[in-house]
Amino acid sequence: METRVLDDIALADGLRDRTLEGRLTHLQRLEAESIHIMREVVAEAENPVMLYSIGKDSSVMLHLALKAFYPAPPPFPLLHIASGWDFRAMIEHRDRMVERHGLRLLVEHNDEAAARGVNPFDTPTPEYTRQMLVEALKAGLTRHGFDAAFGGGRRDEEKSRAKERVFSFRNAQHRWDPKRQRPELWNLYNSRIAKGESIRVFPLSNWTELDIWQYIQQERIPLVPLYFAAERPVVERDGTILMVDDDRMRLLPGETPELRRVRFRTLGCYPLSGAVESAADTVPSIIQEMLQSTASERQGRVIDRDATASMEKKKLEGYF
Amino acid sequence: MAHVSELISQDIGAFLDSHRTKDLLRFITCGSVDDGKSTLIGRLLYESKMLFQDQLEALEADSKRVGTQGGDLDFALLVDGLTAEREQGITIDVAYRFFSTDRRKFIVADTPGHEQYTRNMVTGASTADLAVILVDARKGLLTQTRRHSFLVSLIGIRHVVLAVNKMDLVGHDEAVFRRIEADYRAFAEPLGFHDITAIPLSALRGDNVTEPSLSMAWHRGPTLMGHLETVALSGQAGEGPFRLPVQWVNRPDLDFRGFAGTVAAGAVRVGDAVRVAPSGKESRVARIVTHDGDLPSARAGQAVTLTLTDEIDVGRGDVLCGPVAAPMVADELEATLVWMAEEPLAANRPYLLKIGTRTVTATVTGFRHRVDVNTLERQPATMLALNEIGDATLSLSQEIAADPYAANRETGGFILIDRISNETVGAGLVRSGRRSADVRWQSLDVGRAARAALKGQKPAILWFTGLSGAGKSTIANLVEKRLHALGRHTMLLDGDNVRHGLCRDLGFSAADRAENIRRVAETARLMADAGLIVLASCISPFRADRAMAREVAGANAFLEVFVDTDLETAEARDVKGLYAKARRGELRDFTGVDSPYERPERPELRIETRFLTPEAAAEAIVARLDRDGLLTGGVLTDGAAI
Ligand SMILES: Nc1nc2c(ncn2[C@@H]2O[C@H](COP(=O)(O)OP(=O)(O)O)[C@@H](O)[C@H]2O)c(=O)[nH]1
Repeated sequence: METRVLDDIALADGLRDRTLEGRLTHLQRLEAESIHIMREVVAEAENPVMLYSIGKDSSVMLHLALKAFYPAPPPFPLLHIASGWDFRAMIEHRDRMVERHGLRLLVEHNDEAAARGVNPFDTPTPEYTRQMLVEALKAGLTRHGFDAAFGGGRRDEEKSRAKERVFSFRNAQHRWDPKRQRPELWNLYNSRIAKGESIRVFPLSNWTELDIWQYIQQERIPLVPLYFAAERPVVERDGTILMVDDDRMRLLPGETPELRRVRFRTLGCYPLSGAVESAADTVPSIIQEMLQSTASERQGRVIDRDATASMEKKKLEGYF
Repeated sequence: MAHVSELISQDIGAFLDSHRTKDLLRFITCGSVDDGKSTLIGRLLYESKMLFQDQLEALEADSKRVGTQGGDLDFALLVDGLTAEREQGITIDVAYRFFSTDRRKFIVADTPGHEQYTRNMVTGASTADLAVILVDARKGLLTQTRRHSFLVSLIGIRHVVLAVNKMDLVGHDEAVFRRIEADYRAFAEPLGFHDITAIPLSALRGDNVTEPSLSMAWHRGPTLMGHLETVALSGQAGEGPFRLPVQWVNRPDLDFRGFAGTVAAGAVRVGDAVRVAPSGKESRVARIVTHDGDLPSARAGQAVTLTLTDEIDVGRGDVLCGPVAAPMVADELEATLVWMAEEPLAANRPYLLKIGTRTVTATVTGFRHRVDVNTLERQPATMLALNEIGDATLSLSQEIAADPYAANRETGGFILIDRISNETVGAGLVRSGRRSADVRWQSLDVGRAARAALKGQKPAILWFTGLSGAGKSTIANLVEKRLHALGRHTMLLDGDNVRHGLCRDLGFSAADRAENIRRVAETARLMADAGLIVLASCISPFRADRAMAREVAGANAFLEVFVDTDLETAEARDVKGLYAKARRGELRDFTGVDSPYERPERPELRIETRFLTPEAAAEAIVARLDRDGLLTGGVLTDGAAI
């Protein structure tokens, strides 16, 4: 799958416009801004970490980190919050990237909740998310004493994110206090915190979904193959297409997996991630479908559709 | 996307190609409530065809449900998250919105906050290249229009669009538009904008937003979108001599030492001579390293890593520049400050100042004036309150490299950070700088240690803080008596007494209190340097002031003694009858009554007078001094010989 992506991008080559005349392109400016942000954090924080969710935004963020500190490797570990229900292809991709770039990977999993039987089928989704993602994230950050964590959030994702700062402050309980967010002027970020507090840093704040895809194309950033259409075993349930990624998938009476040509717009726990039927198996064709699509990105996430689990609430609780 | 352009469906490659080379324009929209700002931004998002079908459907549904347009699309709803935001109590309202056409990507800073307008606007404007100033055609120029324009010019935006909105409500009358335009040009003359483009609009109807208006055929100029897509951004950041504030030193192994940073201005080529500011050391650029391979040159806006041909000392906070046209090196700045915190900015309080990649300590040593943002009139100032703007002199703990803000936003703009709360409390624009090197320390041959040694003791400062009537003076007095009996050389500085002489000219405002504390602290420091154990007893209600006193103490041991008595008890005692006076309104700014007391967070000693008699308290303090080794004789080992 990966090679196909690369071939395809090669078509649109001659992309790197690195001449000195004229203004920087928008992607060059976004890239430089993200690199600047990452370097500030590394220079000022004591113990930074990058939250690595293996999705396309995380992949762009990792790529930027490789650039920002070159020739040194990124001077921080990656933290993956594993629910235990990630697509297998995600884990394979994660391990491949870690090996290729010699990265330090930390994996956090809520063993205790899993042992209690919390799972995506029986546990109501908001509660499942809270325990397997939110609590695991907080536990991981606390255990390692991280004072700064990079996240892949973008301001264009939701109306409520439009005012999120690049440096977002969290108290010792990892809570977001709207009153304590600081004004951000020029490219000057104030990263000072008291003991126990931490910051979430969003280097991709000013990127849009289209920017992300264009950049993936321009930089040939490897992605989990699930983003590209292929025949996959799926079942359709309440209008959502779910992939049968392993034999833990619980089938309802009458459900039999069938092969359909699908891809995913966002990745997470396979029993909760809806696929779309698609023929797009290259980055340009994905961009094409995206631009013509009738639903914005987040609609594919079962998590977000749950009214009680709004972004704001998750943020207050310490998720991103 | 709802409006599928032909290109996307027929030739995605060509579409992507056209999007690849577009550049980025950041702008800010300014307007008073109900001028139509949300409607305009919503329409720009809509007309740039950057909305998905589900967003459109939500817009249609919301328009029917809560819209103000009788069921027609209400574009303001696309950007209105305001109610929810208000409920959350977010105090700084700058929202960023994104749209793009195939010529440019746009980032809009939208600042709807009304109360905190100055702070929000300055924040939003700091990264903008252009400002769209909205005027309601029916109302013409308002005080707010002038205020917005002043702030926009202050922050260095050179390109302005005067958007005269709601033209539909004045019959699309050209004369109305011309009059507003002429008024504005006359008013803005002294603000020094590079260009002002006036456009008659109806945000609601979409006239002259992206499509030329049929009702206003008399308008020969561009549409708003047409202008935003094509305006040439001359005189912007990035011009001028080479500057690279060093962010991070990259040392993966012993063979590589690179200086990572974003070029703030100018360009640099391999082989160029470079100088390090403030140190003045020089070298040449050996390589410009990036992950995509070495570059022959780099220019403003690029994030790169430079290596030099010589092993010279370079660290985070240094600025790499050319050998000529170097930035100024200064530890005293003249600057325009924008104050963003509830608690006013007073002289002589230390803050952290972050400029480029360097953070130093800074104190305001004097104010020149404050500017009334509505009339642009200059007024005398002794402090700056929230959202006030003024010029001041700052003294820094170390030399920094900086440029005047007018020459370079990135090497001339700074933020001020409160050292205790860590909040960003202000923004500053460098006007000029100088080295205070001429005012040298006279180095003295007999040092602090020598003076103390002769007395056979270790100097220290005991700083007693607490409410009026808490018992500070009583306890300090007892401590001094005991120390005296132990043969220690002491001095007691009493807050009430110094106000008769040293601080006779000061009142009780926050600014005067800060100055009062500074003087007592400096005096205590001189006496400690003379070898004495100094007891200073001042209410000193503000944490920042006490932090400053600790700073002033320098190498001397400093013990903050918090005499903790609750207000009721202190007020009941009212030895001097001051509480009664304050309650009657005869005394203003009285601590505990109409001025706050900020409890120490980590005092060295806390004396709870509820549980301790003054004698026992004095005993405890002397015991603590003994425990800290401050009562034994002997030689100071810190070697500080001032
Ligand atoms: N007639 C007319 N009304 C407008 C125009 N632009 C905005 N409005 C109306 O003015 C009111 C305030 O607009 P809004 O965009 O919410 O203003 P904001 O407070 O500046 O964001 C709303 O009722 C809008 O529909 C215009 O060009 N013509």
